[in-house]
Amino acid sequence: MLLEVQGLTKHFGGVAAVRDVGFKVIEGTIFALIGPNGAGKTTVFNLITGMLQPDGGSINFLGKRIDGLKPYQIAAAGITRTFQNLQLFSGMTVLENVMTGAHLKGKTGFVKSILRRPGINAEDKQIIEQSMALLGEVGLDSSADLPAAALPFGRQRLLEIARALASGPRLVLLDEPAAGLNSTETKTLARFLKKLRENGLTMVLVEHDMETVMEVADRILVLNFGRGIAEGTPAEVQADPEVIRAYLGEDEQIA
Amino acid sequence: MDRFRCLMKIKKTFLWPAAVLLFLALPLVIDSNYLISVLIVIGLYTIIVQGLGILMGYAGQVSFGHGGFFGLGGYAVAIMTTRYGWHPVLALLAAIILPGLIAAIIGRPTLKLRELYLAMGTMGFGILIHTMFNEAGELTGGPSGIAGIPYLTIGGLTFDNDIKFFYLIWAVVLLVLFGINNLIRSRVGRALRAISESEHAAETAGIDTGKLKLKAFIFSALLAGLAGGLYAFYVTFVSPAPFGFNTSVQFVLMAVVGGLGTFLGPLLGAALVVLLGELLRWAIPLVIPGAGGEYEIIFFGLILVVLMIYRPEGLGAFGKISKSPMEKTPAASDVGLPESG
Ligand SMILES: Nc1ncnc2c1ncn2[C@@H]1O[C@H](COP(=O)(O)OP(=O)(O)OP(=O)(O)O)[C@@H](O)[C@H]1O
Ligand SMILES: [Mg+2]
Repeated sequence: MLLEVQGLTKHFGGVAAVRDVGFKVIEGTIFALIGPNGAGKTTVFNLITGMLQPDGGSINFLGKRIDGLKPYQIAAAGITRTFQNLQLFSGMTVLENVMTGAHLKGKTGFVKSILRRPGINAEDKQIIEQSMALLGEVGLDSSADLPAAALPFGRQRLLEIARALASGPRLVLLDEPAAGLNSTETKTLARFLKKLRENGLTMVLVEHDMETVMEVADRILVLNFGRGIAEGTPAEVQADPEVIRAYLGEDEQIA
Repeated sequence: MDRFRCLMKIKKTFLWPAAVLLFLALPLVIDSNYLISVLIVIGLYTIIVQGLGILMGYAGQVSFGHGGFFGLGGYAVAIMTTRYGWHPVLALLAAIILPGLIAAIIGRPTLKLRELYLAMGTMGFGILIHTMFNEAGELTGGPSGIAGIPYLTIGGLTFDNDIKFFYLIWAVVLLVLFGINNLIRSRVGRALRAISESEHAAETAGIDTGKLKLKAFIFSALLAGLAGGLYAFYVTFVSPAPFGFNTSVQFVLMAVVGGLGTFLGPLLGAALVVLLGELLRWAIPLVIPGAGGEYEIIFFGLILVVLMIYRPEGLGAFGKISKSPMEKTPAASDVGLPESG
């Protein structure tokens, strides 16, 4: 078991954003987390990555408890993520964004950086090579020297994924990677995620685009008001009456 | 277009060395000790503001105690050379290391708490150390300070006049400029820039942002100490007056006016504030007879306000390393993470 979440709970003031949520993610699969707006999906990601501390429950990664660790320690343990509201280093170039994502692969420290000892160039060269290869995979290699903010929105999403992959993580958490993408871009994204899975990467996917979720997910957990209401394969979840009710309820509110 | 770029490139490659050479020739043409001493002071402050610029521009933290680190460097040299007879080079080393140690002690707890705790902690330190310079009579000589600091000698070369000091200080400025330029373009520099853009994303990339901020703070304190040590050897005398809270605020002013996260910002900021200070010192008594230093502060405040309105990025913004004009697309503003604490 790569990731094991048990009894996860988080309150904001009096509101329980996440209540007793538990799930397991098997290595090499895509696990989807779905639910209406405000269901607590992003909060679960913030808890797993250490950006928020849980009020209760436990998170085990590769058999070790990671709740309570700092975000950078969790990254070092092998979990990276993307953000629902993009968090690119917008003043840096596309390539530099990915190179920064590869921070954990480098060793050069403060003093060495100032003195620019010869070893640094070799290390940077290797990281540039790896980063360019990664950019090639998402089709951004020709934009490598552009400022990240100059990319169209859809490509910024891809860049964030590339950055999250740069450190060679075991698990990647993707928060609505298809939001703001057009249908062609969404299809390319789905294909890319499946390819990553084939290469052995494990992913947890939060996504509102049901077509993409049903196509790529191995298992799905449905959250509603912070609580897990159903878990299973895409087919099982789609047939679950409580899930249908949760989503219909949301539709009525929207209408 | 290509030809234009080519010309620009030629201009760029020759412009810098030419400017540097021209500057270094200044003492040979300027026949005024006063002007040279002003340039030396600008150089000393540039060293400090370069470090402070890393702390403020990248680590997103502000220090109101760098006047104290500056003073600590100065007093380390004064005490070690006059009271303990240390060799000047050793004393200068102490002037660098001591502020670094103290920065590590202040920085460790306050940087963990984020936000303005470092600002408050450093302000407290600055006031405390300034009081100590004044009060610890036996060690620091009290308000009258310590005189009789020997000249700095490095391997047979004695820095005993303004022209030699001019070259020494500006060589150090160039070295620091060079080192910081290396730093910003390296792995650690990318990490620092990442912090300034999105701390959340930096942490998720595995960057220990707290530790890196601490290092940036220590680095800035080391540089302030170095400048303080050099200052003591230059003036051969230290007293509490130049190391107070006002000085700390002026350093912050220089960093902001020059432009945070810019290559030449520290130099431009230090030059502007020092030159304006000199100008005001001369001009104010002409306009308002009997006026003292208090009016300078008012004018600096006014300048800061005007500058922040018309050029909020600072004077050096044209040479910005990490930013480019293209970043001002709408998407760039859409990077907040309101839902997570
Ligand atoms: N830092 C925070 N402080 C206070 N309340 C928060 C915070 N983060 C989330 N919440 C609240 O917790 C609940 C769950 O929010 P969360 O962002 O996890 O939902 P979500 O499932 O990701 O929704 P969406 O699909 O809209 O992204 C919401 O009611 C939200 O307002
Ligand atoms: Mg969300």
